[in-house]
Amino acid sequence: MSRYEAVIGLEVHVELKTETKLFCGCSTEFGQAPNTQVCPVCLGLPGSTGVLNKKVVELAARAGLALNCKIGAYTWFDRKNYYYPDLPKGFQISQVFRPIAYQGYLDIEVDGRDKRINITRAHIEEDPGKLVHSSGSIMTSSSSFVDYNRSGMPLIEIVSEPELRSGAEAKAYLEKLKAILEYTGVSDVKMEQGSLRCDANVSVRPAGTAALGTKTEIKNMNSFRAVQRAIEYEVDRQIDVLEDGDRVVQETRAWDENKGITMSMRSKENPDYRCFIEQEVSPIELSDEWIEDLRVTIPELPDARRKRLVAEHGLPAYDAGVITSSLSLAEFFDATLEKFPDAKKISNWIMGELLRLLNARGMELGESKITPAGLASLLKLIEKGSISNKIGKEVFEAMFQEGKEPAQIVKEKGLSQISDEGQLTQIIAEVIDKNPKSVADFQSGKEQAIGFLVGQVMKATRGQANPGVVNAMLREKLAE
Amino acid sequence: MTVSEKDVEQLAFFSRLDLTAEDKAAYTKSLNTILDYLAMLKELDTGAVEPAAHVLPVKNVFREDSLRQGLERELALANAPEVEEGAFVVPRIV
Repeated sequence: MSRYEAVIGLEVHVELKTETKLFCGCSTEFGQAPNTQVCPVCLGLPGSTGVLNKKVVELAARAGLALNCKIGAYTWFDRKNYYYPDLPKGFQISQVFRPIAYQGYLDIEVDGRDKRINITRAHIEEDPGKLVHSSGSIMTSSSSFVDYNRSGMPLIEIVSEPELRSGAEAKAYLEKLKAILEYTGVSDVKMEQGSLRCDANVSVRPAGTAALGTKTEIKNMNSFRAVQRAIEYEVDRQIDVLEDGDRVVQETRAWDENKGITMSMRSKENPDYRCFIEQEVSPIELSDEWIEDLRVTIPELPDARRKRLVAEHGLPAYDAGVITSSLSLAEFFDATLEKFPDAKKISNWIMGELLRLLNARGMELGESKITPAGLASLLKLIEKGSISNKIGKEVFEAMFQEGKEPAQIVKEKGLSQISDEGQLTQIIAEVIDKNPKSVADFQSGKEQAIGFLVGQVMKATRGQANPGVVNAMLREKLAE
Repeated sequence: MTVSEKDVEQLAFFSRLDLTAEDKAAYTKSLNTILDYLAMLKELDTGAVEPAAHVLPVKNVFREDSLRQGLERELALANAPEVEEGAFVVPRIV
């Protein structure tokens, strides 16, 4: 048992799924040429005033409801003042004093233990622009390039209570948060495109004490796995500092993925943002009726769906957890099940082949060509014995890449399983001729020798023979 | 409430203003005059008045989530002192 306890809180920024920005009609599309989605409002030109995007209010409130938050009946925006080149107005419009959502929670499971993590608040704010540094790193660059396409895109910042105790809990929290936001349709939650970003506040204290230690803020983590690793590294580092009799310095540290360490970026004394109420954007009043209208649009969430897959289809809890961790996967499962009513078989193929190929290629489900109808047809071919399970995997990969019907792939590649005894008779005769020792072994009572002979037939047919048929035919032949 | 010269220095830093010693003294004095004047508000009994988040009685002024043509890139970059590959160029940040 460690003498120290880690205290971790996460700040997660999520880009909302809107067509246009928070206060102007510029596009939010990702990956366009620099400064082609800008206007006087998001460039902060003097005299410009934005108008609040209604969809943002609705998506933010939905996210809050899905995270079990209270929704503020009367909330507003504030200005957070600071200078940085990615912030064209010299202030960020955020919700400092009255967040749209507060006092929520989500439930995680780590090592078989359930834990509730409270959510302090979720508030709306605008994204700053994007900086690219001339020599790659801000520390060594003589100049930087600013792209304001992202400036003014709508974000919600979701702040957890400092109730996480390990990197693994932080990762589980993020996975659950991502799934809930995806199910609710409020965000694309693509970390690689920056639509979900996470900073971690980390401190340690002697186990069993209540006072908080000095915290550091960790940035620059580009995957959930990186968040876990960075927290684990930082906790160990802080414990070492304390064990050496030193003090942890309050600062912002950057995670270096290649070196696997955190490095000091800047010391962080409490900055003075001089926040005050934004008078150029109207306050938001959400009536009970409006909130209820939004509440009914929230679909079945991951935990409920997981329990349903276990209860209705008898899936193991583990399988159900994997499948419901992403909405697209859960929908794929349901659609396949409509056409092929064997839940466990489908889940085996999703967790085995589908996820293996997606992970290996770093792809999203939508980017592959596989369809639920296609998988169902493939499983029917295997069930009928037209192809073996092993050949099925080969067909699956072709479907994944080319999107053709499985029957067509089987035909084109000549993969059909040989169950025809006429075709097999000659091959079996040859195998018996070439392997007199195994034949003698089997005939003298060594049962396992049959396995070797079946294997030889399978090899000769490049895996296309039906092993059950081969086994029966061999036994019949050898008994003669 | 009064402000000191130190407060004025801090404010000047936030606003990226370079003030001389005379400026600082003058602004400290005039800011304190303004604060003294506003202090008379404290004499009012506001116990029964709702705190105001906004000066005007407006709420829920929204726009629909529909695209609107912004600025052509050339125009957006027209005032930039330096431009490279469609981006504003700024000097070293840290």
